Amino acid sequence: MAAQLRDLRRRIRSVQSTKKITKAMELIATSRISRAQARVEASRPYAREITKVLSALASAAGTLDTPLLVERENPTRAAMLVVTSDRGLCGGYNANLIRAAEELHSLLREQGKSVALYLIGRKAVSYYTFRGQPIEQSWTGFSEQPSYKDAAAAGNVLVGAFLAGTDDGADSGQASERSSGPDEVPGVDELHIVYTEFRSMLTQTPQARRIAPLEVEYVENNTADDHTDHGNDQQQRPRSDGPGPLYEFEPDADELLGHLLPKYINTRIYAALLEAAASEQAARRQAMKNATDNATDLIQDLTREANRARQGIITQEISEIVGGAEALAAAGSDN
Amino acid sequence: MAEMSVELVAVEREVWSGHANSVFAETTEGELAILPGHTPLLGELIEGGIVKVTTTDGETVTAAVFGGFLSATGDKVSVLAEAAELADEIDPQAARDALSKANADKDSEQADSVRARATARLRAVGQTV
Repeated sequence: MAAQLRDLRRRIRSVQSTKKITKAMELIATSRISRAQARVEASRPYAREITKVLSALASAAGTLDTPLLVERENPTRAAMLVVTSDRGLCGGYNANLIRAAEELHSLLREQGKSVALYLIGRKAVSYYTFRGQPIEQSWTGFSEQPSYKDAAAAGNVLVGAFLAGTDDGADSGQASERSSGPDEVPGVDELHIVYTEFRSMLTQTPQARRIAPLEVEYVENNTADDHTDHGNDQQQRPRSDGPGPLYEFEPDADELLGHLLPKYINTRIYAALLEAAASEQAARRQAMKNATDNATDLIQDLTREANRARQGIITQEISEIVGGAEALAAAGSDN
Repeated sequence: MAEMSVELVAVEREVWSGHANSVFAETTEGELAILPGHTPLLGELIEGGIVKVTTTDGETVTAAVFGGFLSATGDKVSVLAEAAELADEIDPQAARDALSKANADKDSEQADSVRARATARLRAVGQTV
């Protein structure tokens, strides 16, 4: 009886300290969500401007057959960038994301494409390593606070692989047995990214997007329509049907487009990383809140049980004393 | 005097915005200054260059810009950069240290970009390199 009470007290203490930890993590995650959202907000001006510039450029450049914009005729190899977290303790965040990744994976395979895995976050790495799947490249250690440098590191590798895939296009006749192109770099024909979109504090949904070949989102540019009559147009493509002003380009439009597009892809990856970081914190907050609530319930139940046990001990003691006294009294009266 | 609105945005944040009389920048084709009413222009800035903005108050805002593009329409100039730092955010001593370290390690590609960054930072604070 007494041993049971001691056990219960020990369990209550241990649940209490767990609760302290989960509560602290909940508070930390809550404060980080707002910081993560502020970072998403801070990255918006650049994204807006670069989209504007790109659409101006796309409507002005003579040809749009830059590799990054052109759909490959016979895509056989697709790259998938999976964005997970480094740490666990965030509920179903990683499980949901990896499920979405697996869906995309089998979809791509159904379309007859082999998949090259690029991973961000320790959780994705351990998932795919455990399953013995070959990993093309992985980056870890920044899932909670991604910087543009991290996104650019991944982006440059991906764009490199994508561009390396261009010269493999010639052998599309024997596409079934994929050989790397003349440069011996196994390229890819498509880039996909799987990340978690931050909808609200309570909902985060995994998203799979294609980032290359990319479709530029055009923005309506109505700020300047009166600049069509400038004389100095050595580098200017006469294309008065496009929206927006006619630009001069330094260097010329095609080269500029070639330099700008990889940066645009990096921006897209960076935006995805920021969304994922905000989602991770929100998921963690929710998971930790549930854990704290459970701990509270558990402590309540255990305390109740401990009290009952304590009461039981006392009752037993009293009845033992009373029983003892009665036995003594009975023994006395017999004499 | 005519003026234009200028935005200096880096990927991670908006670095500076305001009204200005002129913007000086270095594109891959050469240096250029933009005054209000300039022909619409898109340019790629040199790796590790500086941008100087003369505001309507007559102040000069200088920034070191890495991996940047410049877009100008008649009354608006945007400088897009992978990273940008205003002159008063730059620690000249740290930049000089980075530069000498990069110079010591001549071969690697990494050192080249470090050197370009350090040089741009120093030039932005008005030191000669």
